[in-house]
Amino acid sequence: MNLHEYQAKRLFAEYGMPVSTGIAAESADEAVAAAGEIGGSRWVCKVQVHAGGRGKAGGVKLAESMDDVRDFAERWLGNRLVTVQTDANGQPVGRIYVEACADIARELYFGAVIDRASRRAVVMASSEGGVEIEQVAAETPEKILRATIDPYVGAQPHQGREMAFALGLEGAQVGEFADLFLNLTRMFHALDCSLVEINPLVVTGDGHVHCLDAKMNIDNNALYRQPALRALRDASQEDPREAQADAFGLNYVALEGNIGCMVNGAGLAMGTMDLVKLYGGNPANFLDVGGGATKEAVSEAFRIILSDRNVKAVLINIFGGIVSCAIIADGIIGAITEVGVDVPVVVRFEGNNARVGAQRLAGSGLDLIAAESLADAAEQAVKAAGANP
Amino acid sequence: MSILVDADTRVICQGFTGSQGTLHSQHAIDYGTRLVGGVTPGKGDSQHLGLPVFDTVREAVEATAATASVIYVPAPFCKDSILEALNAGIELIVCITEGIPTLDMLAVKARLDLTDTRLIGPNCPGVITPGACKIGIMPADIHVPGRVGIVSRSGTLTYEAVKQTTDMGFGQSTCVGIGGDPIPASSFVDILEMFQSDAGTEAIVMVGEIGGTAEEEAADYIGAHVTKPVVAYIAGVTAPPGKRMGHAGAIIAGGKGTAEEKLSALEAAGVRTVRSLAEIGAALAEVTGWAGANA
Repeated sequence: MNLHEYQAKRLFAEYGMPVSTGIAAESADEAVAAAGEIGGSRWVCKVQVHAGGRGKAGGVKLAESMDDVRDFAERWLGNRLVTVQTDANGQPVGRIYVEACADIARELYFGAVIDRASRRAVVMASSEGGVEIEQVAAETPEKILRATIDPYVGAQPHQGREMAFALGLEGAQVGEFADLFLNLTRMFHALDCSLVEINPLVVTGDGHVHCLDAKMNIDNNALYRQPALRALRDASQEDPREAQADAFGLNYVALEGNIGCMVNGAGLAMGTMDLVKLYGGNPANFLDVGGGATKEAVSEAFRIILSDRNVKAVLINIFGGIVSCAIIADGIIGAITEVGVDVPVVVRFEGNNARVGAQRLAGSGLDLIAAESLADAAEQAVKAAGANP
Repeated sequence: MSILVDADTRVICQGFTGSQGTLHSQHAIDYGTRLVGGVTPGKGDSQHLGLPVFDTVREAVEATAATASVIYVPAPFCKDSILEALNAGIELIVCITEGIPTLDMLAVKARLDLTDTRLIGPNCPGVITPGACKIGIMPADIHVPGRVGIVSRSGTLTYEAVKQTTDMGFGQSTCVGIGGDPIPASSFVDILEMFQSDAGTEAIVMVGEIGGTAEEEAADYIGAHVTKPVVAYIAGVTAPPGKRMGHAGAIIAGGKGTAEEKLSALEAAGVRTVRSLAEIGAALAEVTGWAGANA
């Protein structure tokens, strides 16, 4: 789960990490009032969306007057921001974060992730702040400092000091950075983070270490024990079809092709998409109906797939392990009768009760294309989509 | 011959009396797995599926001499269940459960690394040595005893690979699902090492997917140490970056972990890769020179 910058900064403050004073506003009036409450004569206004690249897309502005704040809020609230990280429609802007302006002397990068290769939490820092860390990693990997957190003893102050000295920090900044290092790792573990990024972390004009931006991802699997974080979920930032699928225990990811896919198992769902592509088609989605698919889930899967207007054919690929193909067949028959499916549907059954399932489909009187094999299913679906203008 | 489990492996089940534990334990018993009991705290001294139930894994191990345990308990309790099995001296733990917090697995993995206990999973279909021992949720009847070792990050993709090796008449030595999580307890390399030294495994099928670098590490290992023929398939060529594809670990993050990177690494290590999931069996016939039954 992603958090907004304003939510992450509130958590940073709770964990003793230095952030600017800021207020999230949902209307232009609120934004102006926020600027007044924060005080001063310059503010940074930032749209709150779950995507990076906001600055280059015009979603961050230095406001020199209350009118600037109002203009920015009116420009963005209720609209969508398109960045390099969003799709062509962009993300809806429901909030603007108005923040006190910080005086920047140096920009650094600071963050923590779960490193899959070493199976440890790893803290990273770089003197190359403000640019994408992936780019730094690819071009000048030696500029990224790394500290591995020992799972038995936790983060230690010397790790923070070593990083501070290597970053060229001086005097009191070293201690401030070491504290930040410890607080970041404390928060990372306490809140089940999967990623925290502060890009940039700045040294202010008066020589203090300060978190200028905040990106935070929480491990979805741990949300059950993080009720306060669960409440921070912003459904407006999620694809509505993905959210709807999630509510029915389905895993759905929208793609840009025209062949809707309904598959059991995440790996097989990806494999099916790849096969469609291999046969010259383009998958419209990833959809895993899960191991315990019910008739209701299959109906909902059909609804979600068909809500995508680009879909010209549906490919159903089920390898019955726990789930019986006979039950899936009933689900398909029920769903088509109920939902009304007006595109060709290709079905491939294998495994548990595959023959019974195929017989039920054949006896249903519905116009379904039965595939003889995995490859045949992909080929038939591509053909059917091509023939359906 | 096989790896990890055989006809003599004595298995207990943690979460034995729950719905998943009951369903899959019954299937395991029907298959002929030497399931010798189960654990559900508070239900000790009772019987379930004709087998003894124990309050703790330690009691179960003392009473049954089990060396393997399969875990079906809900995700919030898995860290504790895995460590309980570890502390009771279980040698092989198979955790089927999906949805364990990553930081829990980080701690569990660090602890496991200090011991000789092997954990398979979590978020996996389990381990099966056909005709001898089935630990997990895979459909039994697609497997036949044979000569191919299969290791995979995905459940249903494993079944596809199994089905093809069965249809071709090759059969399987052992099939291992290492699971779809970002921090699997056992890696491709761990399992490849066992297949390489197992006399009963003559060829290997490896099924990977996007996310992480486990396939690249496997490629390095295969290049240096594996002399048996290997066929690999990687799912997710069409997966968009930054999107989690069902499995917690299946995500291209920061441009890393793409299927193409993995396929090239494997090809450079001399592995026969297939772009079509449907061609695993045929590719095996090609690299081994075996005549396929239905080819």
